Amino acid sequence: MDLGTFFVQLLNSVQYGLLLFLVASGLTLIFGIMGVINIAHGSFYMIGAYLAWSLSGAIGNFWLALVVGVALSVALGLVLEWLLINKLYDRDHLYQVLLTYGLILVFEELRAVIWGNDVHAVPVPALLKASIPLTENLSYPVYRLFISAVCLALAGLMYWVIQKTRLGMMIRAGASNREMVQSLGINIGFVYRVVFAVGVALAAFAGMIAAPVSSVFPGMGGQVLIICFVVVVIGGVGSVKGALVAAILIGLIDTFGKVIEVQIGGFSVLPELSGMSVYLLMAVVLLWRPQGIFGKRL
Amino acid sequence: MNDNQERNARRRTLLKQGAALGGVAALGVLPAFTRAQSDKIRIGLMLPYTGTYAQLGVAIENGLRLAIDENGGKIGGREVEFFKVDDESDPAKATDNVNRLVTRDKVDVLVGTVHSGVALAMVRVAKETGTLLVIPNAGADAATGPLCAPNIFRTSFANSQTGYPMGKVLADRGVKTAVTLSWKYAAGEESVAGFKDGFSRGGGKVLKELWLPFPNVEFQPLLTEIASLKPDAVYTFFAGAGAVKFLKDYQAAGLKGKIPLYGSGFLTDGVLEAAGDAAEGVETTLHYADSLETPRDKTFRLAYAKRFKTQPDVYAVQGYDTGLLLVLAFSKTKGAVDKPALIKAMEGAVIDSPRGQWRMSKAHNPVQDLYLRKVVGQQNRLVNVAVKGLDYPPADRCKMASS
Repeated sequence: MDLGTFFVQLLNSVQYGLLLFLVASGLTLIFGIMGVINIAHGSFYMIGAYLAWSLSGAIGNFWLALVVGVALSVALGLVLEWLLINKLYDRDHLYQVLLTYGLILVFEELRAVIWGNDVHAVPVPALLKASIPLTENLSYPVYRLFISAVCLALAGLMYWVIQKTRLGMMIRAGASNREMVQSLGINIGFVYRVVFAVGVALAAFAGMIAAPVSSVFPGMGGQVLIICFVVVVIGGVGSVKGALVAAILIGLIDTFGKVIEVQIGGFSVLPELSGMSVYLLMAVVLLWRPQGIFGKRL
Repeated sequence: MNDNQERNARRRTLLKQGAALGGVAALGVLPAFTRAQSDKIRIGLMLPYTGTYAQLGVAIENGLRLAIDENGGKIGGREVEFFKVDDESDPAKATDNVNRLVTRDKVDVLVGTVHSGVALAMVRVAKETGTLLVIPNAGADAATGPLCAPNIFRTSFANSQTGYPMGKVLADRGVKTAVTLSWKYAAGEESVAGFKDGFSRGGGKVLKELWLPFPNVEFQPLLTEIASLKPDAVYTFFAGAGAVKFLKDYQAAGLKGKIPLYGSGFLTDGVLEAAGDAAEGVETTLHYADSLETPRDKTFRLAYAKRFKTQPDVYAVQGYDTGLLLVLAFSKTKGAVDKPALIKAMEGAVIDSPRGQWRMSKAHNPVQDLYLRKVVGQQNRLVNVAVKGLDYPPADRCKMASS
């Protein structure tokens, strides 16, 4: 692999990693701050993708569809928290897994009823349809660079809100000691509701902006959910910074695992086993630091 | 695709799913009424009526019904009764589904299916019970290879059969090097193996085989790899939504027009509207094309379009040929379900198909012409016949106990 190709692959890795981060960040927020294991997270990603497809078809403008879609998913998050999730804060994790698993089935069925079982393509918005030439015969789609920029901007925004604002202070305090924050006169129930809605909206938003490059299909939530949990576990539960580092790491391993050839004893290890490489990384990290790279010591 | 077309497409699917649901609902009621009538030939249809392959299942059934209706709605002079099961393209449910048709409905002939994994489960049950099985799509080489049996026939293609001619065509043109790219699962591996065989026999060299776990569509790293390897050609096996995304990504990466893209016909079948100009100019090989312009094909296309209000595709042709095969075999036995005689008739059958005449190989796979097609204006236009009467993969991979 020559140097030019190497740098393009590096770009591929970072771009894929940033998208993973965007999906996984909502999961790590809900998990880390509220202590709720939300395995319906992938469903919100799928809902986002289908919203992008049906709204951009109905409205005729991808950007407007994005705005409407985010508003709808925030509303969905608020309603779900109010109706179901807030009953679970004092319960065992098992109840949370059961309830959110039930939600997966409900959302899959609703998706089949509302949108059907077909595969759809969402066109890349005209504004970003161009490609930038990188090497003599390879160009890079502008839309992919745009996704990366959006993910980076959102990562920065999340850092700023959590570390520098009053709401962020309440969120961090609530994560450490819910009762104490409440007795200081802060409406922690409201803070949790907002965090859950933001988590849902992040996943749905990721589904929406990924739709033009990933296509829209049934079961896409399940695929994403697994890799999201890998990101959260490697990065450390509840750590947004950890999720970012882990996502980029996974992007690197996944990309280079597909194209580098490694042979051990005549048997091709890579790319033959590239499907496993990410999980091997997780196993190694867990052996080294069971709490994840940036996780608090257990 | 504009909004209007998209909306229409969605409406069509809804209608189809509605029809499929109706069919499934009827299934529970009908057999009890009709079991007493033994004068009908019982055909079990195990096809996908929901999920990604739903449209393919519907096209196959339409084609089959058209062929039988053109024969006066009868085969071998007897009325036909259909027993339908939606296999959902789910291999986990496949064995139960086949057994329902074989044991409960006691069908005389099994027809199915699209998904290779499900079809292999049908092959196993057919081998155990001796039920006649006609496969109208699934291309798994094994069904007419190592797993072949006297009572198992295929009216479609073998996966490697659609890859081999593309390799041969490129080698004949003097193309020196190629890179292959596909999902790492049976259909992809067999298709690539066929291409490689055809290409290397003609002196071509495959520089590298690139693989992706099914149904992963993160093509970017592999496209980068292709750009750095600079082969003369790229051969791919993708289908459906994955094919659309691949064609678009290939264009977005700037490779289209620099390194020509080739594939088995499924790369560009049924996806041209969604892929748009990303598919323009791509050449593929398949046993059918949109513009064969033979009188036989024209009559078929007209009749199909008139009856079902939609244009036929390769899947409809395969369903139609399944119907022709059954009509032919049962007319030889005058409607009797005499298995050895039916098998003999099918083995000797020459099918006058819209795709061109074909016959059964020793392994019970079609010996047929493979066409080179090129995408022009959202159509898979015929370029020429890539290989005439191709019997591939070699029939000696099938060791059949004589019937």
